[in-house]
Amino acid sequence: MVSQLSPPCLIVKVLREPAVVSSFQLPEWELLVRQARRSDLLASLLEWFRTAGLESHIPEPALRHFQAAWNFAYANAAAIKWEARQVYQTLAGVVNEPVLLKGAAYLFTNGPAAPGRIFQDIDILLPKAQLEKAERALFFGGWATTHLDAYDQKYYRKWMHELPPLMHMRRGSVLDIHHTIMPETSYIKLDGQKLLANAVTVDAGEGFSVRVLSNIDMVLHSATHLFQEGEFDHGLRDLFDLDRMMRAFSQQPGFWDALLDRAEQLELIRPLFYATRYAQRVLETPIPEHIKQTLTAGYTSKWRMRLMDFLFLRVLTCDHRSCRQPMTGMSKWLLFVRSHYIKMPLWLLIPHLIRKAVHTEDNQQEEEELN
Amino acid sequence: MILGELTAPLFHAHLTGPTGLRLKTGPLIFSIQTGIGAVAEGIRRLYAQYPLAEPGEFVDYYVKLKMPRSLRRWYKPQVLFDFDGRVPFKPLPLEQAFPMLEWGMNWCIASHCHQWLILHAAVIARNNRAVIMPAPPGSGKSTLCAGLVGNGWRLLSDELAIIDMTSGKIVPMPRPVGLKNQSIDVIREFLPDAVIGPVCHDTRKGTVAHMAASQADSQNHESVTPAWVVFPKYIAGSEAELKPHPKSHAMVHLANNAFNYNIAGLKGFNLLARIIDETDAYDFSYSRLKDAINIFEQLASGGPG
Repeated sequence: MVSQLSPPCLIVKVLREPAVVSSFQLPEWELLVRQARRSDLLASLLEWFRTAGLESHIPEPALRHFQAAWNFAYANAAAIKWEARQVYQTLAGVVNEPVLLKGAAYLFTNGPAAPGRIFQDIDILLPKAQLEKAERALFFGGWATTHLDAYDQKYYRKWMHELPPLMHMRRGSVLDIHHTIMPETSYIKLDGQKLLANAVTVDAGEGFSVRVLSNIDMVLHSATHLFQEGEFDHGLRDLFDLDRMMRAFSQQPGFWDALLDRAEQLELIRPLFYATRYAQRVLETPIPEHIKQTLTAGYTSKWRMRLMDFLFLRVLTCDHRSCRQPMTGMSKWLLFVRSHYIKMPLWLLIPHLIRKAVHTEDNQQEEEELN
Repeated sequence: MILGELTAPLFHAHLTGPTGLRLKTGPLIFSIQTGIGAVAEGIRRLYAQYPLAEPGEFVDYYVKLKMPRSLRRWYKPQVLFDFDGRVPFKPLPLEQAFPMLEWGMNWCIASHCHQWLILHAAVIARNNRAVIMPAPPGSGKSTLCAGLVGNGWRLLSDELAIIDMTSGKIVPMPRPVGLKNQSIDVIREFLPDAVIGPVCHDTRKGTVAHMAASQADSQNHESVTPAWVVFPKYIAGSEAELKPHPKSHAMVHLANNAFNYNIAGLKGFNLLARIIDETDAYDFSYSRLKDAINIFEQLASGGPG
């Protein structure tokens, strides 16, 4: 079984060692732009080159693409921050200050994964007991629930770790309200209170402050999100987030041991194991030897590890056709199935999938009749 | 080398080959791949005068038109627009393959080229002074645009006004002019020499066909400073009339017609303000192309009416 990706595709080489671009000719730049667009990393790469002092190497025809994407990301960041402030204002005095997750948190903390990243929606974390109050206040602020089907409502409210996404009625912005970061039905039980307890307040400028997860919890959340959910459309980008966070946060003494302790406490050793393993394998993130050993020691099945390597190394790369390995599609599918299996026990999952399959068919038929 | 110089077998070899047919339109290079005959035919007719990229030149966008591999292909064939491996739209009936290429290419520009401010507007020019014509569908913008470019005006674009963020000039993106419904016959009659591509019925815009840009326009890459903003409106039976349009409104109209005003942010606002400051804005209503051309002639030669 092939478990090593070789040779790595162009964009992976650049993320490992940006200086390689100094020898690039136009065809390589063209391919890099195509792979970066596919991975949603165009704007991040421009920042990557700027930080490394390599911007002057980018030839004009490629620079236009990086800059266009950067303009988009810049506007996106401003919009996400603005929306997050609206959410804060709407919830002020109604519930505890919400904890911002993912995108908005990266942006407000000027986090290592923020530059050039594009975020679709706002994610917040609240104590479970406050969800109802928050939802009501947000409704009067213009955010209404999106999944109107009674079954979907039940799916989210009873089984998931978040409410059905809310959408602002005028602006169309999407807000996810979480009470924890793993579904209620998952075999990993994670009490959101533990995350809230370690959240920190950061100054967001202009007399405004926000609450975000601690650096360590941010890494664990990102790892959990990538390795327990079945979405790998942006596998490389999400792994690059982890790479940048781990590289930056580990400048703080004691980071790695604290990360390991916290993962143990939250029972997130498995996602952390995958995150460190594949960040190192794909992007050469430096991981201390003793951390690797401790994490690997918990992983007893050699066969399973080979299988996971086979699957993950296929999806945690650029999805452009120039990077595709044989059996990438199948790997994606198997990991998607795995994510559902993690999310729900079989006795819940099977009826759920049957229902979804039947319903999708209904919808498609209706659509075709409309055409 | 221009596309029209390729022999038919070589042209098809490019279209079906691994690097595609690499077409230069304005400042962009598209690689187009397709095995669909109607698309090849449309390209050959409408892009004959366009330059091809030299080997090794940087291709901006890779697009492909292909038939989805479903059972439907045997009884109700469809066409997909593939953007370098991604499929951003639902398939359309196969008969609409050529218009889908045009729409897809416009989508590539409008949703990625954020180095420019892009308005939904036609742009024509005379003596290096450009007219920006933003207008909602049905206002006769493209018909007017086609009529004018057939009578001495230069075509910069009939869909996308591409504005350079620093110079404020309009960057040409000359592509075939999209004609709809009655305007196809109107233009055929009005410009008997016009090259018109395949006619497609029952699209979401009705019947559509495209008129080729002239040889000079296809190959002209020079940007132009805008001098006028004109909001055209076709009103059946009306006399052609040019009326000053309040500048403040014109600015809002331009912003509303922009694809990426939100992305350009403050820079975009300042750019539009500058354009509005430096141009004259008019409402233009007309029903007969001949009258419209006379009025635009007066406009170009130093002032309306």
